[in-house]
Amino acid sequence: MTVNDLRVIAALGARSVKQTFRRPQLMAPIIIFPSILLAIQTAGAGRAVDLPGFPEVQNFLSFMLAGAMIQSTLLAGNSGGIALAVDIEMGFTDRLLAAPISRFGIVLGRLAGTAALAGLSAIWFIVVGLIFGASIQEGVPGALLMIFFVVLSGVAFGGIGASVALRTGSASVVQGLFPIVFVILFLSSAFFPVTLMLEPAASVAEYNPLSFIVEGIRDPVISSVTWSVFGKAMGALALLGAIGIGLSALALRRRLRTGG
Amino acid sequence: MPAIEAIGLERTFDGDIKAVAGVDLEVADGEIYAFLGPNGAGKTTMVRMLTTLLRPTGGSASVAGYDVVADAAGVRRAIGVALQEAALDPLMTGRELIRLQATLHGLNRQAGREKADALLERVDLVDAADRQVGTYSGGMRRRLDLASALVHEPKVLFLDEPTTGLDPVSRRTIWEEVEQLNREGTTVFLTTQYLEEADQLANRVGIIDYGRIVAEDTPARLKTGVGHPRLEIRLLDDGAERAQGIVAQFGKPLPRKDGAVLVELERGAAQVAPVVRALDEAGLKVESLDLVEPTLDDVFLEKTGHHLEPDEPETGEVE
Repeated sequence: MTVNDLRVIAALGARSVKQTFRRPQLMAPIIIFPSILLAIQTAGAGRAVDLPGFPEVQNFLSFMLAGAMIQSTLLAGNSGGIALAVDIEMGFTDRLLAAPISRFGIVLGRLAGTAALAGLSAIWFIVVGLIFGASIQEGVPGALLMIFFVVLSGVAFGGIGASVALRTGSASVVQGLFPIVFVILFLSSAFFPVTLMLEPAASVAEYNPLSFIVEGIRDPVISSVTWSVFGKAMGALALLGAIGIGLSALALRRRLRTGG
Repeated sequence: MPAIEAIGLERTFDGDIKAVAGVDLEVADGEIYAFLGPNGAGKTTMVRMLTTLLRPTGGSASVAGYDVVADAAGVRRAIGVALQEAALDPLMTGRELIRLQATLHGLNRQAGREKADALLERVDLVDAADRQVGTYSGGMRRRLDLASALVHEPKVLFLDEPTTGLDPVSRRTIWEEVEQLNREGTTVFLTTQYLEEADQLANRVGIIDYGRIVAEDTPARLKTGVGHPRLEIRLLDDGAERAQGIVAQFGKPLPRKDGAVLVELERGAAQVAPVVRALDEAGLKVESLDLVEPTLDDVFLEKTGHHLEPDEPETGEVE
């Protein structure tokens, strides 16, 4: 990859971020919806921390932060896919494909934008959490680790959104993934500890890669970082990232071969 | 070395649909070449193959000396492309779009800024440069699209229906810019469904229908090739069928167009009076008569058996 490739990826990433800020329907799922859900759940189910078997946490908000971040990042990946599909529908992608750049750089530019948005959302939820009484046990390094995981999640989930966009070229199809995002989210430990779930949800959540990522983000908030949790989170991110980027590469190749 | 060369170029889509069916083409350096044809004739597919956006399924092609398949990157470095419908992001400003295009073509930040300023000036969009493209009129979008295609001073410029849907004033502005670019040495390959555009702009015209080039030459030679002036007769009342029989005595009758009866007259104006007399004697009242010199539409008709019917231009555009 050349320096110019990196400049192109950065420029396309910056465009992607600006596009999201200028289109409220892309911004809302990333910040507004998860913030509202976080407020409702924290206010309404705060006493869940008293349940036997609930992990030891300072308060329910501290527990929920990781869930809100991962929800935001999943939706950022979906919004990135929608934006890419809109680019395909309106022909903007052709403008990029006709330029002398690495064609996969177009996808990487979009993922860079999604990762940047995920990072911004992580910072937003950390600030909101600290203002409303959450605390991060691992302090600043812990907060940086959370941002690190969320940014990587943005790349992984963005890759999956981009692959659907490239495969179908249809914004409405990518938009149709929203309900699936919520099913996957609620069948993980994002909003509730696996130990308190009923079967079969508990088993699904236990092996859901999303749970490993959520626990990786949550670990520095509620306790000290453990290598096993860190390793599982990295493994899950590597798996989902490889799937997302691999599927995107295949979908792009198919699109270039068939012309649509 | 020709700027563009295609030999037996083909593109077949799923379902065995042949959009381009073996096109041979040679466009000289510094030429304006127009591909004229109706919607669905294969013009855009041809442009997409020559600009490396679509792989040919048969034949070969090169642009600026680079093979479109084997050296697609070389082609992309040498060409500028303004695609149909001005594929612009409505949320970007005009200035952002040109700067992005500059980055895509490897210009550094400073060079990109300077280029954007110069191009916005060139296409008269300085005042609108920092507005989002979504607020631009159709003509402004096309000018911006054209400007963005010029960022890296391409050797060959592809314009896919650059004025479709534009009002006459905006269309003329684009034509002037294309002519100026060509005077500066850029080879231009454009597709159009407007006869006037091909006639006015192009050094050579290729007429494409159902994926094949059915005629190719300079506009003047193509028109001379179809022969004689045509008399267009509009009647005040019904009787077109009878009129067609009468005018056939004077020349070659042509298919009716928009209700008018058409006849090709070998001796042109000298035959108009006898035709009118014959219609009058048959009791047919003539509303209007037009003696029309051959146009590219006549060429199109002769070569394809049907008229070219372009999309309607937009009206009431405000900049």
